[in-house]
Amino acid sequence: MAHDDLSGKDITAVSSAGVSHETAAPGTAVIPSETFENPGFPPHRPRVTDTDPKAEKKAERQVYTFFYLSIVGSIFAIASYMAFPIEDGDTGALRLHTMMLGIGIVLALFGLGFGAVHWSKSLMANHEGIDLRHPVRGSDETRARAVEIFKQANEESGFGRRTLVRNTLLGALVAFPLPAVVLFRGWGPQNENPVELLEHTMWKKGARLTLDPSGLPIKASDVTLGSAFHVIPEGLNESEHRLEEKAKAAVLLMRLDPAKLKESPERRGWSYDGIVAYSKICTHVGCPVALYEQQTHHLLCPCHQSTFDVTEECKVIFGPAKRALPQLPIAVDGEGYLIAQSDFHEPVGPSFWERSSS
Amino acid sequence: MSTVTTPDTAPAPAPTQSSSQRSSTSRFTEAAANYIDERTSISGVVKEFGRKIFPDHWSFMLGEVALYSFVVILLTGTFLTFFFQASMAEVVYNGSYVPLKGVEMSTAMSSTLNISFDVRGGLLIRQIHHWAALTFIAAIGIHMLRIYFTGAFRKPRELNWVIGFILFILALAEGFTGYSLPDDLLSGNGLRIIDGLIKGLPVVGTWISFLLFGGEFPGTDIVGRLYSLHILLLPAILAVMLALHLVFVVVHKHTQWSGPGQTKDNVVGSPILPMFAAKAGGFFFIVFGVIALMGTFFTINPIWNYGPYDPSPVSAGTQPDWYIGFADGALRLIPPGLEFELWNRTWSFNIIIPVLILTGLIVAVLVYPFIEAWITGDKREHHLLDRPRNAPTRTAIGVAGVLFYAALWGAASSDLIATHFQLSIEGVIHVNQALLVLGPIIGYLVTKRVCLALQKKDREIALHGFESGRIVRLPGGEYIEVHQPVDEYERWKLVDYNDYQPLMIRPNAQGKITAVQRFRAGMSRWFFEDRIAPVSPKEIERGGHH
Repeated sequence: MAHDDLSGKDITAVSSAGVSHETAAPGTAVIPSETFENPGFPPHRPRVTDTDPKAEKKAERQVYTFFYLSIVGSIFAIASYMAFPIEDGDTGALRLHTMMLGIGIVLALFGLGFGAVHWSKSLMANHEGIDLRHPVRGSDETRARAVEIFKQANEESGFGRRTLVRNTLLGALVAFPLPAVVLFRGWGPQNENPVELLEHTMWKKGARLTLDPSGLPIKASDVTLGSAFHVIPEGLNESEHRLEEKAKAAVLLMRLDPAKLKESPERRGWSYDGIVAYSKICTHVGCPVALYEQQTHHLLCPCHQSTFDVTEECKVIFGPAKRALPQLPIAVDGEGYLIAQSDFHEPVGPSFWERSSS
Repeated sequence: MSTVTTPDTAPAPAPTQSSSQRSSTSRFTEAAANYIDERTSISGVVKEFGRKIFPDHWSFMLGEVALYSFVVILLTGTFLTFFFQASMAEVVYNGSYVPLKGVEMSTAMSSTLNISFDVRGGLLIRQIHHWAALTFIAAIGIHMLRIYFTGAFRKPRELNWVIGFILFILALAEGFTGYSLPDDLLSGNGLRIIDGLIKGLPVVGTWISFLLFGGEFPGTDIVGRLYSLHILLLPAILAVMLALHLVFVVVHKHTQWSGPGQTKDNVVGSPILPMFAAKAGGFFFIVFGVIALMGTFFTINPIWNYGPYDPSPVSAGTQPDWYIGFADGALRLIPPGLEFELWNRTWSFNIIIPVLILTGLIVAVLVYPFIEAWITGDKREHHLLDRPRNAPTRTAIGVAGVLFYAALWGAASSDLIATHFQLSIEGVIHVNQALLVLGPIIGYLVTKRVCLALQKKDREIALHGFESGRIVRLPGGEYIEVHQPVDEYERWKLVDYNDYQPLMIRPNAQGKITAVQRFRAGMSRWFFEDRIAPVSPKEIERGGHH
């Protein structure tokens, strides 16, 4: 590493022209034929602490006062740790504890910091120091020697000559990390296929619609006009993979005036007396779509603002999502509880590569 | 001129005195120093670096802020690892936070609550850790802007720009992985978005998501995996890159502003020992103190208000941590309907395009130094910083980039903007979409003009001095304002800068003009067609007499 031993010499010894032997091409830079002379350093201005011994003494006092304060802060923090314990479930005590401990630590840090900076700025000698720069590239001799070493190594090893040895070595080096790639397959369960898993949810024929999170079944008669329910399939809370199932099976149930529902012929019979059930998982990137505007019958996703129109089979009317929210066909069982007619007829949630509607 | 520097070889306090009346402490210091040096030859390091010069400017502290907040992150993060349990096994919470008692949640969430409510000082450390992370990323970002706008990325520092850029990406990754660890409602939602984003990628998306989450989303593996990345892999790479970054700063020596006495061949500033060490060391404690102050008084990420992750509950008005905002904004701003089914496969351009745009932005930042070097063809080393106005096109491009980022970033809060200012969400999104396209263009044009105008003003001042406010009536009755000429030190700052002219197309040795050459000339015209040349001594001579 380049070492500069200029310090100690006057700046005038280092005229701006002389040192680096500029040989590199300037490209399209304009090199003026005549330029101003760098005027050199402006006269050094002494600080108050340099000229006034009283000010110097004062600064010294300030610096050690800062350091004293820092010690006080540390002790205060330790004392606060003991004096203001956290009491069970008392958020006020927690707040006091955090605050007192924090104030002590902050005082300790600031005392150190301001003391050291003040010391350096007001008391330490502040004349300009100068280092010389050297070109980053090695000197020509160094570079020549480096080339020589490589050449010698090439000759001694035969790296360039024994091409088959070299090429098989490179091949082996390329091949050896590949097993690591295979190992990553183990990150997911072995005998499962994500595409198949994504195509089904917990809903099946006859499964009752139950309230999220209590799991209580819902009577059709309890769903009043204009209301919306967050729904999960019955048995979900007891399921082994509760969150994974919920991430696909969460449903939003709404009752609208049946006259307002525009249903396509093939979906006649998927709703019950104006009660419709749609997947709550956004078809964009999977956030729960559950801001229901009762007046406009719009569903809004809080993450990226995709908006779905419930009266039009939840088709997208605004935002980045493209596909409508999948509809869950529902019916009513003998006891008047809402049940699913089947699973969703398409995969729910965000789009994925292998997904196809056919 | 009092520019004498203290000699490198200056022996510590006057030698004659100390040898005659040595105290026991100085004898101990000497023995200890000798002991260490005989085993490490550390005196060579002290000789080499003890008086190394660091130039002084407030903008050079930004990188320091980043470095120091990283140290704070390491200290507080280590404390947190003693208590945090990166497991997604379901437990019933039974800690001291009453509202969540009896709620089922993952061990990760419950241990984070314990850190906050049952470990003394735990909440403070957790909050300092989070605030330090935000400071870290913000400081890196501003530091990068400083490097960019002053041209500090030019030869020989292009590779260090790349390393710094990698540090920025690593910091973002650290931020996101850390944010996801508590497994609360918000972080889970963030992971859900990542899952959806990955699934939308063609060919590999479904399987990458499946493997990353160890099965179906959310699975029980992701927190543990992110934890390994967050506390082991990423910090290790970060530390290595950081060390390399600093080694290069030493090899290249720090850049400095052009100024009286400050040339491209020297570094003017304060020596490491004692001035810079004291100042920088003190500054570390100040940065730590400010972060600790925020951790003490400002609640951050109150996961107890959000509750454990559940794919179903909705939380309106949620925001990602600010540094992820630009990515989230890109997802929001994509125009509707960009998803197609083709050859029995789903092409989610509503995801692919934002990903490509973000990648493009990132790559553009990464390669900018090489592009500019290619356009100028300048192979010289540059150690003097450019004032932003003296590189108008570069500055304008930078502003355009910042505005592009800002439009994406603002879009991530589109819902909050809509609710706070009672606007329609559609309107906010459309305005943001327009800003994303028009903002950079307008910003570019305005900035370039402003830079050129400032350069003209500099010329004026260098030539004729500044307006003194003194009006004088000449004998003929004419009124003039007296202009005060600037002194040579001030003038030097105005005239010492790099000036480029557009590349002239010339046929090569075969007498041909290649397409590459044509393209390069076009780029060069774009960069340097509008230029204000620095004032020359001749002009001053002439200027004086007009």
